[in-house]
Amino acid sequence: MSTPESSPPVQRARRFNPWYLLLLVPLVMLVTPWFNRATPKIAGLPFFYWFQFLFVLVGVACVWIVYLVTRHEPVATDQPDRLSVDDLDEGGLS
Amino acid sequence: MTGAQVVELVIFIVVFVFVSALGFVAARWKAGNGLDHLDEWGLGGRRFGGWVTWFLVGGDLYTAYTFVAVPALVFGAGAIGFYALPYTVVLYPIVFLPVLRLWSVSRAHGYVTTSDFVLGRYGSSLLAFLVAITGIVATMPYIALQLAGLEAVLRTMGLNHSGILGHLPLFVAFVILALFTYASGLRAPALIAFVKDILIYLVILVAVFYLPAHFGGWSGIFDHAATTLAKKNPTTGKPAGSILLTNTNQLQYATLALGSALALFLYPHSVTGVLASKNRTVIKKNMVALPAYSLLLGLLALLGYVALAAGIKPITNGATNKPDTNTIIPELFGHTFPSWFAGIAFAAIGIGALVPAAIMSIAAANLWTRNIYKTYLRRAATPAQEARQAKIASLVVKFGAVLFVVAIDPQFSIDLQLIGGVLILQTLPSVAISLYTRWLHVWGLVAGWVVGMGWGVYLLYTIPAATGKGHFGGSALASGKLSIFGWHPFGTSTVQVYVGAIALITNLLVAVVVTAIVRAVGARDQADQTVERDYEGDEPKEPVGQLTAG
Repeated sequence: MSTPESSPPVQRARRFNPWYLLLLVPLVMLVTPWFNRATPKIAGLPFFYWFQFLFVLVGVACVWIVYLVTRHEPVATDQPDRLSVDDLDEGGLS
Repeated sequence: MTGAQVVELVIFIVVFVFVSALGFVAARWKAGNGLDHLDEWGLGGRRFGGWVTWFLVGGDLYTAYTFVAVPALVFGAGAIGFYALPYTVVLYPIVFLPVLRLWSVSRAHGYVTTSDFVLGRYGSSLLAFLVAITGIVATMPYIALQLAGLEAVLRTMGLNHSGILGHLPLFVAFVILALFTYASGLRAPALIAFVKDILIYLVILVAVFYLPAHFGGWSGIFDHAATTLAKKNPTTGKPAGSILLTNTNQLQYATLALGSALALFLYPHSVTGVLASKNRTVIKKNMVALPAYSLLLGLLALLGYVALAAGIKPITNGATNKPDTNTIIPELFGHTFPSWFAGIAFAAIGIGALVPAAIMSIAAANLWTRNIYKTYLRRAATPAQEARQAKIASLVVKFGAVLFVVAIDPQFSIDLQLIGGVLILQTLPSVAISLYTRWLHVWGLVAGWVVGMGWGVYLLYTIPAATGKGHFGGSALASGKLSIFGWHPFGTSTVQVYVGAIALITNLLVAVVVTAIVRAVGARDQADQTVERDYEGDEPKEPVGQLTAG
């Protein structure tokens, strides 16, 4: 498979969006000493458990915000669609 | 077999047959070129929208692992088993950006597997082969976990004899899975995934809201669990676990969560799910929506404590005469639900194990056919030959899974999945890091894989079973046992750590050092098939006429 002549390879600097840093926030869950305790309890659940349930929502919020702010970033959509069944067979083996 | 068990078994069989028949019929109805074509059998198209992807990728996470293995670990060891929750929380932010790049570059070049990508990126058939074979072997213990889950349900329903008949449940589980996959390909499991998830949601919601109230609320359940776990084991003299982490398993908790998260999207079946998406937005939306599964996964994990409070005892496996902790959730359901609903719950668990196992074995078979059979053994294979290879390969993969169940006997079946994680993590530098940079040289990557894999498997071999004897007893190593040619970097520390983390760090170190040496000597790279813009492309806005293959 060859690169189509219509779209010559252009090396660009990779985009970095500062909002991507939000994706690091959920990693706080890996620092166990910060939440490894029994109190305060909520509805009988020790802190260790409800804190981590709460972080499911924090994780969702972070990814959601990054999705929203990067939604309209330009992407290359000018490349030809090479998804015919034959290509699926041959791709990568050229 | 008791009367209740008969009711459960009948309902189980009825639901099972109904759902399977549904899958077969739907698969025929939707079939395009016929299942003799590998793309039909193994890919089911690459135009899935948001909802299908949500069910498909969610199904990879939501397996017997969630239903059987995680609660069993919580039941047996306490807080450490809850690592599954942070695993599925840190997973999506970590893979959000890399997975988009993988999707784009695969779309631009028609890659179907990670091995395709590595071949295009590095032009090294050796590295592509290593990635392919790792994917195939690492999937086996993961399928083994599904078989163990299915087996646990069958035992709970009374199929638990001694002697040679004791192996019957595992055999039945294997045959059901084999027939299911062989005949239908990816379409049936993908379609049944909808029914499966609805059934599972129903059962989980009933379980997590009905059961805690039934056993005196969470406060009482946690108090009871804390007392039970603190009792000392008569053979080892140590408590079984605790409802909070201890000084020795905090690092294990974090490395298990992070290691599992890094590993998941390296597995062939997860990659299939991602690459089957229609465009980048579908993937992004799914990364936001998939944690809906995490909440229920966390609640399910806590059912391990409910089982402790309910005084559930694991069923003794008739074949091995050892208690099978996988049976605690089925037992809990059997004891507390009316037998008709228990039957539905068992069917949900059974289908919940079967569907992912089918998808996994198909993905591994694709890898075999595309990247090993067609690349090395028969370049000019016809589509029909390919499809037949893939079907046979999927049988071999499942047979490998059975060997894992029989040969490796960890205390907790979750270690089957974690052992698979140690293996698949060794492809992270070749697959994930190379999405961003090509600085690591092929020889560095190969050397890192060899050392990381060798050492990881060796460390797993040295871990004894719960009795203190044997091998492959788990996935966590006391860091004091770590020895580099006789040097113990962590002294006699008893702090536990996930072997996958050790093996991956070793792999990366070797890859960097060898790359530095190779680059200093001035070795050349092979050509790179990809360019930076390939990694950021999306589906064409206007359908461009189909080009024929070059």
